[in-house]
Amino acid sequence: MSGHHELLAGWGNTAPSMAEVVRPRTEAEVALALSSGPIIARGLGRSYGDPAQCAGGTVLLNRGLWHLSPIDLASGTITVGAGVSLDEILRVSVAAGYFVAVTPGTRQVTVGGAIAADIHGKNHHLDGSFMNHVVSFRLATPLGEVTVTKESDPGLFWATGGAMGLTGVVLEATLALMPIESSWVSVDTERFENLDGVMDAMATGDADYRYSVAWVDCMTEGPRMGRAVLTRGDHAPRSALEGRSARHPLEPPAAPLLSVPLTPPSGLLNRLSISAFNEAWFRKAPKKADGELHSLSSFFHPLDGVDRWNRMHGPRGFLQYQFVVDDAHGEVVRTAIERLSSNKVPSFLAVLKRFGPGNPGPLSFPLEGWTLALDIPVGPPQLPAVLDQLDEIVSEAGGRLYLAKDSRLSPEMFATMYPRAADLMDVARRVDPEGRLSSDLSRRIGLTD
Amino acid sequence: MRNAFGQPQSVLVLGGTSDIALAVLDRLCGERTRTVVLAGRDETRLAAATERLLAAGATTVECVPMEASDPSSAPATIEAGLAAAGGRVDLVIVAASILTDQLEVENDPAAISHLFDINLTWPAAALAALRPRLLAQGSGQVAIISSVGGVLPRRDNYSYGATKAGLDFIGIGYGDSLRDAGIKVQVFRPGFVRSKMTTGLDEAPMTIDVSEAADAIVAGLASNASVIWVPSKLRLVFGVMRHLPRPLFRFVASRR
Repeated sequence: MSGHHELLAGWGNTAPSMAEVVRPRTEAEVALALSSGPIIARGLGRSYGDPAQCAGGTVLLNRGLWHLSPIDLASGTITVGAGVSLDEILRVSVAAGYFVAVTPGTRQVTVGGAIAADIHGKNHHLDGSFMNHVVSFRLATPLGEVTVTKESDPGLFWATGGAMGLTGVVLEATLALMPIESSWVSVDTERFENLDGVMDAMATGDADYRYSVAWVDCMTEGPRMGRAVLTRGDHAPRSALEGRSARHPLEPPAAPLLSVPLTPPSGLLNRLSISAFNEAWFRKAPKKADGELHSLSSFFHPLDGVDRWNRMHGPRGFLQYQFVVDDAHGEVVRTAIERLSSNKVPSFLAVLKRFGPGNPGPLSFPLEGWTLALDIPVGPPQLPAVLDQLDEIVSEAGGRLYLAKDSRLSPEMFATMYPRAADLMDVARRVDPEGRLSSDLSRRIGLTD
Repeated sequence: MRNAFGQPQSVLVLGGTSDIALAVLDRLCGERTRTVVLAGRDETRLAAATERLLAAGATTVECVPMEASDPSSAPATIEAGLAAAGGRVDLVIVAASILTDQLEVENDPAAISHLFDINLTWPAAALAALRPRLLAQGSGQVAIISSVGGVLPRRDNYSYGATKAGLDFIGIGYGDSLRDAGIKVQVFRPGFVRSKMTTGLDEAPMTIDVSEAADAIVAGLASNASVIWVPSKLRLVFGVMRHLPRPLFRFVASRR
């Protein structure tokens, strides 16, 4: 397990910091590492900002905590080590007719990370977030190991979802899987010329679909501002398959075909190239198409087709701004897109979706209403101030930012957006009285010293 | 912690009453900086600076003693400064400096020693004391205020220029030594800036105000450049000047 020092950054490649990196292979080694701090766990490093780094401390990579149980067919559950990725679960489970109940836009996240961020997917409006499907987990804390369920310790169970590792290191989790008849998704696609059109369609029609997401163009101004492509669907039943899909009804997700081998000097992505990409994306979508069969990868994880795509943004890196506001404040979505386009901030196609009710986790992100996520390269000098203004607008609307994406929120703004942060820290102090668990994120937003 | 834009939350300033450093801090406190530690000597000016930064948005401003004429005191100032910042600091600004009249000091060995102590030996010792602390904290940024005076020797400020040349040299190498450790070190080369240090001197071409210098430095802090000219066009000017034959340079420099 011997550690050495490594410079670690999040997926956005901003604000790297140096930490002693340990790679425990056994649970005893995790316990040993937790005997001193500051320390934080890290999975596959897909959080955009700084939650899985710990400057001057220890970062515990969870990938060695790797084991898969057979799927329990009676209960539809699987028990896995925290270092197992959703990709690795799907490689086993899809062939057996099961899908993970919640997947984000990438399969390359560990189960430990999925719990820490309480990740959500395109089905949040119906199925909730990751923690809603966790049956139990075992957590290593500085005071020892505990098995946690919603019943045994609801405080610790829900606090751990979204706590970004501050309650301990997840060792293993039992997850409820979703039975599927096929690995194909039946998708309805619709193109909208402006934001109002797509938001109306989502508000009225999303309940009829398990999965729903809209890709919104944030760089077009004027009447076509917020033009969007809405894709909605559900796992296709066997009866709907034909041709190749019928011959391969349960096909595991494909491995990446391409990779970005190195970081280009100034970043390939700028206002021009991003704008061209957005245009192409919009035009490639059909005006309206119903019942098309998509593979799991192309529907759920399109970016997983290109390994290390984050390098495209160049050495200064990029960030993702993701916020949620309730239904009464849907206009914030429009305001955000207008602010970015009027300030000439280049932004990739934004992801817009609806959330269902949140769960009891004090730091869990989802909240019933609208969430918008935008990828933005670091570089435009006006960007820090524009995003600070958006923070104000979002927080005044009672909304908040997603910590798994955040890399720049201030402590004051965090406290306003997450008024229940003190509840989390009460639970964290119960299992970590000396405050050993700490990350660059938790220090930046003032959760730990 | 520094965020995705490199905006620091805590800053330690060595030479905490420097006009330029305070103008930079005004701006940083308007962003994310809440904790500032000022190392300086003049208690009246430190008190005024404290008020100013609290008004600019800082929530904690601490002052620690600094005696730049005594390089042996540098480690104690670094220890006290880091302790006052809470044990770690996101950004250290090295701004301690005096500007002397060349004609007054060039025949005075004690004055030359004093100048070198303040502008070069003390900062070099402070950077050495800081280095293991930066490595231990695993992240951070250092801004070293050099000068274009250190780029080419001029008859009317070669002693001051030599101290800045030395500091500049150390700053670049220091940065290289910390680069792989994720510590960003930047050397800033301001030209003539209207400030209390230059009051009464003849202005050079491309003279700027403190506020312009501070804007350029704040923009530079967010960049990944290791050497930043203030204003940036001085880079071109000196790119040409350094290739002039010495007699021609003497002529140009004396005309300015």
